[in-house]
Amino acid sequence: MQMQTEAPEKEPLSLEQTGVALEGVSRRYRARRREVLALDALDLRVAPREVVAVVGPSGCGKSTLLELVAGLQEPDEGSVRAGAAAGAAARRGSCAYMPQRDLLLPWRDGLANAGLALECQGVPRAEARRRAAPLFERFGLAEFERAYPADLSGGMRQRIAFLRTLLAGRPVLLLDEPFGALDSMTRAAMQQWLAGALAAEPRTVLLVTHDVGEAIFLADRVAIMSPRPGRVVAELEVTLPRPRSRRAVVTDPEFARLEERALAALEGGL
Amino acid sequence: MRRVALAALLLLLAGLAWQGVASLHSVDDLTLASPVETWRALRDDWSLLMDNAWVTLTEVLLGLAIAVVAGLAFATLMHLYRPLRDAAYPLLVASQAIPIVVLAPIFVLAFDYGIGPKLAIVALICFFPITVNVLDGLRSVEPELLKLMRSLGASRLQTLRKVELPSAMPYFFSGLRIAATVSVIGAVFGEWAGADEGLGRLVLLGNTQLQTPRVYAGIVILTLMAVALFALATLAERVACPWNRKETPA
Repeated sequence: MQMQTEAPEKEPLSLEQTGVALEGVSRRYRARRREVLALDALDLRVAPREVVAVVGPSGCGKSTLLELVAGLQEPDEGSVRAGAAAGAAARRGSCAYMPQRDLLLPWRDGLANAGLALECQGVPRAEARRRAAPLFERFGLAEFERAYPADLSGGMRQRIAFLRTLLAGRPVLLLDEPFGALDSMTRAAMQQWLAGALAAEPRTVLLVTHDVGEAIFLADRVAIMSPRPGRVVAELEVTLPRPRSRRAVVTDPEFARLEERALAALEGGL
Repeated sequence: MRRVALAALLLLLAGLAWQGVASLHSVDDLTLASPVETWRALRDDWSLLMDNAWVTLTEVLLGLAIAVVAGLAFATLMHLYRPLRDAAYPLLVASQAIPIVVLAPIFVLAFDYGIGPKLAIVALICFFPITVNVLDGLRSVEPELLKLMRSLGASRLQTLRKVELPSAMPYFFSGLRIAATVSVIGAVFGEWAGADEGLGRLVLLGNTQLQTPRVYAGIVILTLMAVALFALATLAERVACPWNRKETPA
């Protein structure tokens, strides 16, 4: 499919109004002299300020999908846009990417780690710290401003990594299994925290996870991917009211219905 | 505490064994000075030894400083510019394979009799471990982290300054520790090739003048110098890279 020539919709690049659109995206890899099709003619749209969760079996190309949107890769076929940005460099300018591991720098304290995003845009170090501080206050991390990563729990480190992602100041957040490395208790707390953070700082979010419950709890829409070569096989609208609390959500019959449908779509793809 | 006690005990045992072998009648006094004789030489020749130790220490420290600056700069350039790394790495290894003993007299011819050739030899020996370790350190950064920096919009130099160089610091100090221990050997070779002062020259002279205890005293001071430099490098690492401190089980 030749999608690059399609006239771009008028979407000004701003915090509120940048969406994501993937159209007919294919991506191939060469692994051990064999060509692997990671993504096959994938279509996916995220409206401005919408939270879309992508769920799929491991190896279905979820991470590839995020790296494509993040501008860290280019598709072999099809088009990827983040707002008006179509080229990889332009997409990097409108997306903030949060990898699965926190990747905090061990020689930087909390403020300096979060401020790294600003420093990369040319903000001086002291100024970056000063601008990171209010976010620590707002998200209840004030006491960890000066703590070094080695002294923090996995959950705390992930929160600081999220603040770093926010401080990049990009309209689109790309979260790659942000809580995948955490234990289930911490994970539940982190999901609640992230829901609150996104309510306070609304962004366009593309969240990759392998946890169906997490996807339903956090997202406005859940996209189910097939095993490799990955494509979107089902999309579920999540109508649960916001703000959501985990306890209320898991007992809601709607949650059970969505979970059942998501699991059915995942199994159908096997 | 127990570790210190054990080390002291080992040192004492080695000293006793040394004294024991030296007191055997079959061992020539000119070949082996006993610890007691060495101690006497240290006491009697103290100011002579110290004057010369100072000269050697200056050579070692200046040579090390040259190696640190050159090693850091060269490793960084090799890291930033791949073709340079591929081209220069074999040369780097070759520079280490040259027998320094043979090279020393040539350096003396080239740089004259003064401190120049000593610095050149110390720097040449120390350059290698520092460069190789820093290069490894710069390359040790996880690909994930580099990807993150790219997505944050960091330039090549920002990534170098904020991520790669700090990551390489513990590696740099590993190289510096190795360099610190071999630097003293380099200075001694340099002085042997031609010098009118320095501990290396004093030891060589003592050998030809059959002043065996003084030779041993010189060796003891040279050894202590290398050990002290090693300890200093370790201390500097603790101060400079506190995040890298290994948890030692109590």
